[in-house]
This record gives sequence, C-alpha cells and structure tokens, in this order.
Amino acid sequence: MADYSLNNRKYVLGASVALILLVYLIRLFTLQLMSDDYKLRADSNAFIRRIQYPARGAITDRKGKLLVYNQPAYDIMVVMKEQVGVDTVRLCRSLGISKEWYTQRMQEIKQTKGYSMHTQQLFMSQLSARECSNFQEKIFHFPGFYIQKRSIRQYTGPYAAHLLGDVGEVSPAEIEEDKYYRPGDYIGKLGIERSYEQQLRGIKGSEILLRDVHGRIKGRYQNGKFDVKPIPGKNLTLSIDLELQKLGERLMQGKLGSIVAIEPSTGEVLCMVNAPSYDPRTMVGRQRGKRHKELSSDPMKPLLNRSIMGLYPPGSTFKTSQALTFLQEGIIKPETRYPCSHGFHYRGLKVGCHGHPSPLPLVPSIATSCNGYFCWGLYYMMSNRAKYPRVQDAMTTWRDYMVSMGFGYKLGIDLPGEKRGMIPNAEFYDKAYRGSWNGLTIISISIGQGEVTLTPLQIANLGATIANRGWYITPHVVKNIQDDNLDTLYQKRHYTMVSPVHYETVATGMQRAVEGGTCRSAANSQYIVCGKTGTAQNRGHDHSVFMGFAPKDNPKIAIAVYVENGGWGANYGVPLGALMMEQYINGKLSPASEEKAETFANKHINYGDYAR
Amino acid sequence: MATTRDKSNNVLSNIDWVTILLYIAMLAMGWMSICGACYEYGEPQDLLSLASLGTRTGMQLVWIGSSMVLGVVVLLLDDRLFETFAYLIYGVLLILLFATPFLAHDIKGSLSWIKLGPFSLQPAEFAKFATSLALAKFMSAYGFQLQGSWKNLFACIALFLVPMGLIVLQKETGSALIYLSLFLMLYREGMPGSILFVGIAAVTYVIVGLRFSEQPLFDGLISLGDLLVAVLIIIFTLGLYLTYCSPSAIQDSQSAGHPSPGSLHGIKVRRSFYIILFAVGSLGLHLSASTLVDHLAPHQKNRVFVLLGLRDDPSGVGYNQIQAKIAIGSGGLAGKGFLNGTQTKLKYVPEQETDFIFCTVGEEEGFIGSAIVLGLFLALLLRLIHISERQPTAFGRVYGYCVFSIFTFHVVINVGMVLGLMPVIGIPLPFFSYGGSSLWGFTFLLFILLRIDAGRGRLLH
Repeated sequence: MADYSLNNRKYVLGASVALILLVYLIRLFTLQLMSDDYKLRADSNAFIRRIQYPARGAITDRKGKLLVYNQPAYDIMVVMKEQVGVDTVRLCRSLGISKEWYTQRMQEIKQTKGYSMHTQQLFMSQLSARECSNFQEKIFHFPGFYIQKRSIRQYTGPYAAHLLGDVGEVSPAEIEEDKYYRPGDYIGKLGIERSYEQQLRGIKGSEILLRDVHGRIKGRYQNGKFDVKPIPGKNLTLSIDLELQKLGERLMQGKLGSIVAIEPSTGEVLCMVNAPSYDPRTMVGRQRGKRHKELSSDPMKPLLNRSIMGLYPPGSTFKTSQALTFLQEGIIKPETRYPCSHGFHYRGLKVGCHGHPSPLPLVPSIATSCNGYFCWGLYYMMSNRAKYPRVQDAMTTWRDYMVSMGFGYKLGIDLPGEKRGMIPNAEFYDKAYRGSWNGLTIISISIGQGEVTLTPLQIANLGATIANRGWYITPHVVKNIQDDNLDTLYQKRHYTMVSPVHYETVATGMQRAVEGGTCRSAANSQYIVCGKTGTAQNRGHDHSVFMGFAPKDNPKIAIAVYVENGGWGANYGVPLGALMMEQYINGKLSPASEEKAETFANKHINYGDYAR
Repeated sequence: MATTRDKSNNVLSNIDWVTILLYIAMLAMGWMSICGACYEYGEPQDLLSLASLGTRTGMQLVWIGSSMVLGVVVLLLDDRLFETFAYLIYGVLLILLFATPFLAHDIKGSLSWIKLGPFSLQPAEFAKFATSLALAKFMSAYGFQLQGSWKNLFACIALFLVPMGLIVLQKETGSALIYLSLFLMLYREGMPGSILFVGIAAVTYVIVGLRFSEQPLFDGLISLGDLLVAVLIIIFTLGLYLTYCSPSAIQDSQSAGHPSPGSLHGIKVRRSFYIILFAVGSLGLHLSASTLVDHLAPHQKNRVFVLLGLRDDPSGVGYNQIQAKIAIGSGGLAGKGFLNGTQTKLKYVPEQETDFIFCTVGEEEGFIGSAIVLGLFLALLLRLIHISERQPTAFGRVYGYCVFSIFTFHVVINVGMVLGLMPVIGIPLPFFSYGGSSLWGFTFLLFILLRIDAGRGRLLH
C-alpha cells in the first residue's frame, strides 16, 4: 500500500515540473509578444542613427563656370581609451600645435557633455588637406587618433559675395522652424545659399550603426540594409555672367553703389555688382564668425546688398516712367511742347534745369533730360479736373502706373532681403500735408526726387521694361536648377499699364540721349544704345546714375549703374554702363575700352568728406 | 564470444533512443546559441569559420564532440561497474573536491577550477553523478527503508551535504545549492512530503518577504512583502488543513493502515496541532528574517540581498536581469534570426554564453524557439521520470531520480533567473551554456542512467 502512494508521487513531480515550465512559457509570451517596450529598449541600446550629409549643390555662372563648390576639410578625432601612451611631443609637432594647447584641449574634451572614453571625440576641426596630410602620413604613430572627412563650402574667386551668400551653423530659431535641421547642421545664411537652401541642401541620409555596451561602434545593422543614402543637393546655374560681374566689380573699386544688368527677354540678372564688397573665401570655416563681425561693424556697410537693399532716389532715369504715364493718360502727346527757361517756374516754385533750347517736344526733352517738361507734365496731370475729380484721384492713377512698372513693391527676386522702395500715394500726401496739397507740392517726384526711392534692381528693371516695350519678367539670378523647374514667377510676363507705342517713343528719346543728349559717351559704333542719365540730389554730393539698354531692337542687356556721390550721371554712370554693355554684347572690351575701364577702376571717390 | 555479442546487442536495442535524440537536439540548439552569443561583428558567418579552433564556438564544438565520445564510452561499459564502484568514485571525487581550493587558481573569486595543461576542469561538475551513484547504492542496500526512519533520511542527506559543503568552500554557492534538489528524489523515495513542503514554503517566505520588503503599504505600517507572506501563510495553512484534516483524509489515513495510535479524533487533533505549529513557525520565520535584515546597515543589507540573488549586482540596480529581459523581449515571435541578435552580440547581456545563454535563444529564435527549448526540456524531464520508474532495481530508480532532480533544478533555476522570476543563482543551463566541464558532467550524469537503463532487461529475463 505504501508503494502505491509513493508511485503516485511521480505524477506530483511530473505535474510540478510541467506547471513551472508552463508559467515560464506564459512569462515568455508576455515578454516577447505582449509589448513592444523591450524591443524599443533593445533598439535604443544597440542602434545609433548616424546622419549622412549630402553634398551641397554646386553653383555655376550662366556659361557653366564654377563659382561655389565643396571642399574637403578634416577633423582630427581622438578615442581617449586608445590614445594612452602616445608620444605627445611628436603629435603636437605633426599637427603644429603647442603642448599647452594639447593639454588644455584634452581637458576640455573630458568635460564635454556626453563624453565617453570609448568613442571618438572632436580634437581639432576643419583642417585643410595640406594641414592634414603631414599628420595622415604619421597617423600610425598615434593610436587612438582618427581623421574624419567633412565638407566645407568654397568659392572659386573673390566675386559676387552678396549674391552667392554663405552657409553657417544653423541657429536655434531655424531648428525650431524646420525640423529637418539638427544642432551643428549647416544652413544657407545669405544670398543664393539662403534662398535656394531647399534645393542646394539635398536630403540627409542615415546609417544605422551598432553600438556595444561600451559605446563602441561594432558595425552596420544588417550590413546597411536599412541605411538611407543621402540625396545630393541640386546644382544651380546662375544667370550671372562671371566676366561681366568681374568687370563690374573692377569698375566699382573705390566707390559705393551698384550695377545691375538684366537680360530683358528673360528677366535673368546678368550681373549684380555691389560696392564695397568682400571676398567670400574669407567667410569659410572657422573664421566666419570673426570675419562677419568685422564686416558688420564697417561704416561702409560692405555686407549690404545695395542692388536690392539700397533705397536711392532714381533721379532723371525716372523721367522715362513719367513720359510713359503722361502719354498713356493723354496728358501729353509726343509733339506736346513745354517751356523750360533754365527750369520750371510757376507760382514762385522753381525747379532748375540746365541750358537747352526751349520749348521742346517729348523726344528731345528725354534726350536732354529737361526738368521743366516733366514738371509741367505732372502738374497738368494732377490739376486735370476734367479727367480726375480730385487731386487724390490723379495721384492714385499715377501710383497705379508706377506699381505696374514694378516700383513701390518688392519685385520678387530670388534673393533674401529685397527692399520695396517708396512710391508715395494720395493717403501719404494727405497725411503729410493735412489734405492740403496739389501738383506743385509734389512736383519733385516727376524728376525722381522727393519721396520716390527705388532699388538699383528696380531701375534696371525699368530699363528692361522699356527694352521690351512694355513688359518685364521678374528678375532672377538662378537660370537653371538641376532636375527641377524654375518658379513659374520667373517665366511669366508682367505687362505695365502703358501700351507699346508709347514705349517706342520713350526708347527713341533714350536713343537720342545717347546720340546727341546727355549720354553721348555711351554710344557704340556696332549697335544702337538707348540710355538715360540721372543726377540724383541728396544730402551730399549728387549720385551718378545711368539706366539703359542695347541694342535698341532685340535688346540683349538692360542696365542700371548707381554710383553714390559720383556727381553728374555722365561722370560715372554713363561710361560704366557703356563698358558693361560692350563687355556683355561683344564678350570682351576693345583695347580702347579696356584702357578706359582701367582708368575708371582706378578712379576712387573719397567718401570721407561726406556725411553719410 | 557469444555472450559478448549478446550483451552488445542488448545494449543497442535497449538504449533509450528518445533521450539520445533529445540530447542531440539540445546540443545542436545549444551550439547555435553559443554562436549567437560569441559571434563578433565583422567576422565571417560561414559554418567553417564558426567551427574553427581558437574561437569559443569552435571550442564548444570540441566539447560537444568529446562529450559524445564520452557518452559512447559510458554506453560500452558494463552497467554493473557503476554500482560496484559507486562509493569508490564518490570517495575519489570528495578528495578531489577537498583538494580543489588548494590547487585552484582564483577565477573571478571562484576557487573551483583546476588547470590541466591548456584546459581547466571544474571537479564540482563531476561530483553530481558521483554523489548520485553513492546515494543510489546506499538507498538500494538490502533492507534499506526511508519511510519512517529518520536515521536513514539523515544519512542520505549527509551523503550530499558533504560535497555541498566542500563546494561552498570553493565559493561556488550556486553549484552547491544544486544538491538541495535531491530532496525531490528523497520525496519520491518516501520522505514525508511535509518536509519538502515546509522547506519550499520556508524558502518562499524568505525570498518573497525580502524581495518586496522595501515597498511600504498603509503609510509604512507594513511592507508589501509582509502582506504577501501573510497571504501565503493563510493559503498554505488552509491547504494543509483541507488536505490532512478533512474527514475523508482522516478516513483515508486510517484505512491506509498507518499504525496510528488513538481515535480518529486524536488524529485530527494531532494534525491540527502540527498545522498550527506550521503557521506559527511560518510567521516566526518571516518576522525574524525581516527584523534581522531591517537591523542591518544598508551596505550589509545589500550584501544579503546579493547573496540571496535578490539583487544581482552590488550597485543594486538589477542591471543584468533588466538587460536579459530586454534581450528576450526584443526577440518577438520569430526572433531576429541566427547571428542577428543585437543585445547579446553587443555584450549588453552579462555572462551571455554561460549562465544567461537563454537570452540568445529568446532574442535570436524568438518565442517559437524559446517554446521549443522549454518543450525539449520538459520532454527530457518527463522522460527521465519514465525511465526511472521502469527500473527494476532501487539502484536504477534512485539514480534516475537523482538525475531528474539535478536537471530539474538547473532548468527551473536557470530559465527562471533569466526570465526574472527566480533569484540570480549562477548555474549553467544543461547542454546550452558554454563550457566543457559542465557539458561533460551532464553527459556522464545522463549516459550512466542510459547505460543502467539499457541493462534493465537482464534482470527481467
């Protein structure tokens, strides 16, 4: 009987074991199938996502000449645990650093956030290939030291700094705005680099690496099966002609101002010269911060992109827009004559003018840049109560014409920081003169003075609009994006409120200005040049302005030259504009022109005398 | 000539092939797990490289091969040799165990390894089968009776307490604890079940009580541990009362013919007294244990917890078991695939090729693989009961149950530890953990049983 009961104990033992293992099975079930928590914790244990940076797109000029590219730079990395026993004297010598710098740097590394003795830490950053090559040869002497390749932006020449812009480390605000960026990433800060950031930056890739319990990288997860390759940034072709840009920068040496040239048929900006400028190559890598600070405290404001940010009185170049408005509104006809006796004299108001025959019809008035003619025009427009019930209505009409020509608002160029300029309206004057004003009060806007300001880009665009006889395409500096289309904005024609016949008249006036008027030095035997000078009054010495295009038929280039305090339009504006047009149309300068260019390049304006 | 052939035929046809197949299956899965645990990133993944000497995977193959040779050798021996030389083998192993701490090199605080040329051997692994043989021989002696004889019971216990003590001296507490599993065998051979029950209950109280002692309840009046132990005591006491004091149970014991003095009522009173004693004793044990621990300084307390395996590292963060759970939990249903585990490979799991090898199974083979491994072990353990029960001799049966007890302890403790259900006690998972000594030891243990089993037919004829 006793044996019988003991025999049953085998069932007790077997059942107990089975029960325990069943409990284990249930435990396995809950651990492995009921929750993703452990899987996620395992992933965060073992995986590190390392970002792979795409190459930033290269930038070339309209003829394919390289302007901006990526240059390899090298970071020296150190793994503290592996570098024990390295000959520091030798190390310092091959890197060209002092023993003190080494000791201090090693100390800093150990105090950085997230420091690990098992992983690579940044020892020195952004060494050039030359600085690094010496170290590379001897690296086997220095176990624990590694070289990591990076890429920094580089420029082929000292040109077009404002236009090209630069890249810098992304700011916290920019990270907040776009989650694409991580601290330490680079982003376009100025110019093209900023406005085409999306296209240039490409798309970051990532590789999943495996990290062991000490934080050491042991390999790629599943041999890189889940890695995402970075997609390189798109290359940009600018509409800029590098040779034209170079000439412009040369001519503007020692002066303040801007030259903007546009291809009228496309709206492509052919050059955008700003003076003073700086060498973009000095804004690269480690020295960017220091250099940027230096430039921004310079009283000549070399960081200012005057072409689109400078607000200038357009002076007499603005008369063309007035002629167009008056013609379209029927205030004048081409044959209408207005008197000018050394200026506009009426009810005690006087706007001076230089000596020329009087009275003149429209075309010679443009050619001689007669102030009186345009003052009368505006006066008659503003006081035409038959057409406009009130002066405010006349003013509103006038303003609409100006806006249709691209003034008073940003044109929409593909560069950051464009200013809109100033075109006053009726409300503005109502407020300024408490409702008591008339055509005489505001007479100076007819000759591009007074409240009116334009950017050099807007002046150049006026030239392009006349060249096209009544339309323009929004100026832009990027001609082509690799594998992508240009914004439709840069393909659409904007028609002004003035019909082409009137433009033809104004173009003829500008042709006469070159042939026998104020712009005689712009004449060229090979093609017909149309031009208009400007001598813009301001607090200091007059600004020298030129607006023109060439050839008269099928124009290839429209241009605005603005030289601050350059005096008469004919002093700087006209000859500089002529040289630029010759360079672009002929592809080179004649020997005589070359000589002239050299003369102007060496003509410096002394700005110290003028209150700025 | 004829007899020899007869005998070898006998052996071949009587070998328990089910067990052999389970053995081979587990060795195969074990080696795969070792590969997963030892594989270093960037090394080639083909079998030839994995099997090459000098790597741990290659070494384990050597151990597996040599174990199989040992198994065959054991099967070729005469089964009667084991009974004949049982005490001699036991004696030699005791001497070896005694000498080991003096000969051993200190490996991570353990004094259990003896260096033999390029290899190191752990005599403790071989003491298991030697002790089992000695117990089997002692308990199969003519006229040996375990039931009702305290003297015999203590003699048996003494037989395994001696090697256990010697192994404690080698600072291998985990390996020593294995001998406690032999109470399972004693239970089957007639030791009162209440002793086993009281023993298991006592261990449970201490572990549960201490484990949850730092989670206060009711504004710190008692701890969660106190509450859980109280619940356990009530459940156990009620269970005992229903089992032993119900009218039918008393009736049964009477009819079973136990020489019990006194009336039915007397039996009930006496049993009730013992049950109350159990309840009071349980409470006393828990209170004294928790009071004792409460009065210890924090660092001493921590050491007790570590010693009991309630904390697996002196820093007290439970790092090892957390990482083990992460590794297993990340395996999912089908696992990450052979050599694709990340946690084990990147060394997040400690002792991953030895004590924590089950993590690799969980991570690389997933729930399916883990369930298969548990299934294989359950099949083996049930098969061991089956084999033991069919032995015609007490010697065979006792030895069989020793083998069952030892394997059960290894599997239950090791897998339970990895799953975070058992205290951390550093013992290997049979046929899976890396190491030659343990694999040889398990092979001896199992194949001696198979050899004894294969000879069972002789007595039946």
